[in-house]
Amino acid sequence: MSSKSRGLARHDWGRLLLSWFAMPLAALAALLIGALMLWALGANPVTGYRALGEGAFGSVDALTNTAIKAVPLVLVGVGICIAFRANVLNIGGEGQLVMGGLASTATALAVPGVPRPLLIPLVLLAGVAGGAIWGAIPGALKAYFSVNEILSTIMLNIVAVQVMNYLLSGPLIDKKFSGFSAIPQTKRLAPNADLPILVSNTKLHAGIVVALLAAIVVYVLLWRTGLGFRLRAVGLSREASSYAGMPVKRTITLALTLSGAMAGLAGAVLVFGSASHRMVTDGTATGFTGSAGFNGIVAALFGGLHPLWTVLSSFIFGGLLVGGNAVQRAVQVPSSLIVALNGLVVVFVVSIEYVRRRNRNRPLSFGMPQPVQEPSGTPEEVEL
Amino acid sequence: MSKFLTISVLTATAASGIRLAAPFLLASLGETMGQRSGVLNLGVEGVMLLGAFGSYYTVLQTGDLWLAAIVGVAIGLIMGLITAVVSVTLKAEQGISGIGVFLFGLGMSDLMYQKLVGTPRPVAQLPAVNIPFLADIPGFGKMLFRQSLLVYLAVLLVPALAFVLNRTTYGTKIKAVGENPAAADSLGVSVNRIRYSTVILGNALAGLAGATLAMELGIFQQNLTQGAGFIAVALVYFGAWRPWGVLAGSLLYGLVAAIVLQWKTLGIIPLSASDLAATAPAVITIFALVLVARRFRQPAALAKAYERGA
Repeated sequence: MSSKSRGLARHDWGRLLLSWFAMPLAALAALLIGALMLWALGANPVTGYRALGEGAFGSVDALTNTAIKAVPLVLVGVGICIAFRANVLNIGGEGQLVMGGLASTATALAVPGVPRPLLIPLVLLAGVAGGAIWGAIPGALKAYFSVNEILSTIMLNIVAVQVMNYLLSGPLIDKKFSGFSAIPQTKRLAPNADLPILVSNTKLHAGIVVALLAAIVVYVLLWRTGLGFRLRAVGLSREASSYAGMPVKRTITLALTLSGAMAGLAGAVLVFGSASHRMVTDGTATGFTGSAGFNGIVAALFGGLHPLWTVLSSFIFGGLLVGGNAVQRAVQVPSSLIVALNGLVVVFVVSIEYVRRRNRNRPLSFGMPQPVQEPSGTPEEVEL
Repeated sequence: MSKFLTISVLTATAASGIRLAAPFLLASLGETMGQRSGVLNLGVEGVMLLGAFGSYYTVLQTGDLWLAAIVGVAIGLIMGLITAVVSVTLKAEQGISGIGVFLFGLGMSDLMYQKLVGTPRPVAQLPAVNIPFLADIPGFGKMLFRQSLLVYLAVLLVPALAFVLNRTTYGTKIKAVGENPAAADSLGVSVNRIRYSTVILGNALAGLAGATLAMELGIFQQNLTQGAGFIAVALVYFGAWRPWGVLAGSLLYGLVAAIVLQWKTLGIIPLSASDLAATAPAVITIFALVLVARRFRQPAALAKAYERGA
């Protein structure tokens, strides 16, 4: 067992080295296309990107905002690492975030009087539980009923958002403002559950500690425990793992459950680390999450599905999201630009992955031209 | 409830259900082509959004609904080419690259909308075209034969695609590369060429689906599709990869949506519960996925990139 485990680890280091070249290329390509888009929209790309950099990393305030934005991305991202390593494609981060947020909010509303040292762990655990349940459903459906997890998680995203809209504009709404045009939001939640501020005069809250701890725990889980070995083995070959006597179905269910738990934790941190200390949405699909469920996938892929690299890449993508608003102010290009660029990063990263796979068998010659047969069917050959 | 159970309300609801089904149907038929050839295209949602914005903007600028539909198709063709390069040539993991295309479409369509339009500006909607004689049949005429041309087109594409898949050489090749690409390859069928064609044509239909949606509503807004593209992908499973099955699924969806809307209008369900009622399509889909997974087998090479000799 231990020798196998070391073999896998060595193999991953090879991939990691390759990723040093692949990831910056993917990012560069996306940024170049972004520059073209800025230019096409009549904005100066240099001014735009300078605003982006300064808005994201240029001052203490900017860095704090970036760090806060990165927290849900780290949590969702390390969850994605667990699922994707087990070859389970969890696209349900959005729904799991929402369910985590709702479960933790309901807990804080139910027992607001619990003392602070107990209530904070309690609401965080409630978030974990909410997300875990929303991950366990598609996990079990995949393992025991062979339901495609991509589709079931996307459907559960839709369900979660509608349930949230119902609860926040109905049963859980802030009664003080429940008029005709009331914002769908809860009342101010129990102050005992507020995540403590780490540095006074900033907004930096303890969520960042939670995120870093989670990344370390997931790293240890994936590479230093038997369960992690099983998760990765099932991801590499379901047949071989089954032949080796591993409980494949249970492992698949567990992968999505753990992945959902991390996203649920992110939901709880979003609520109790927010400036308003309420659960708020605006009726749209991403009103509460800010697309963190999707952006966490981007961050995890960019981090090579490694929990610790995911921390770094989450910080970069958090910066992009924060800087996007600065771009809007500086060159009047809407911050949706960042969403589009994130999409391009995903496409580029998974496209480059093929080149990395081809290189995997020749770890010493990466970066060199490969005598590999060109795949047939280039675009020019297509008959329409 | 008695207000709902009158002939005129029921036919009106059915008519709007068929209208609402059209974008799902177009996108699902396109997705069926791709999946039968072994390519899972998850970017439908993004392509629909881009097609929707493109056609909306065309109507806004020119007032020409036909040109708008063509723009939707053209955007789909371009996105299809990109998807094919990524999924077929670069052999990217299709479940994830599709999410990338979705995010790109989501961001890009909103970016263009905010930059080029800014404030909500409604445009002309697709007019209904009455089919002579048939439109005058009591009940059915109003339900089936007073729809827009794109609805008729969507429905006519069902037998067309069924014919192509089951009665032509091209269809046989599509199914062959979707089931056993290595065998098809050994018989001289170009796996990549077939997949390029299905992905590009399938995305063209997704672009047209987005155009249909925008022109039926006469508006555009951020995330206009609200998951319709993903549901269209699920409907292919729902329909067990068969055009007629996809038609049945799309109609069920359109009708459920129309009934929920009608009940809301008539006050049969309280407004506050309409959010919960809106979960119905997604919940139905999950149950349908369970049933289909038990009875039908997906194309054997679905979402698996083909590499000669691998």
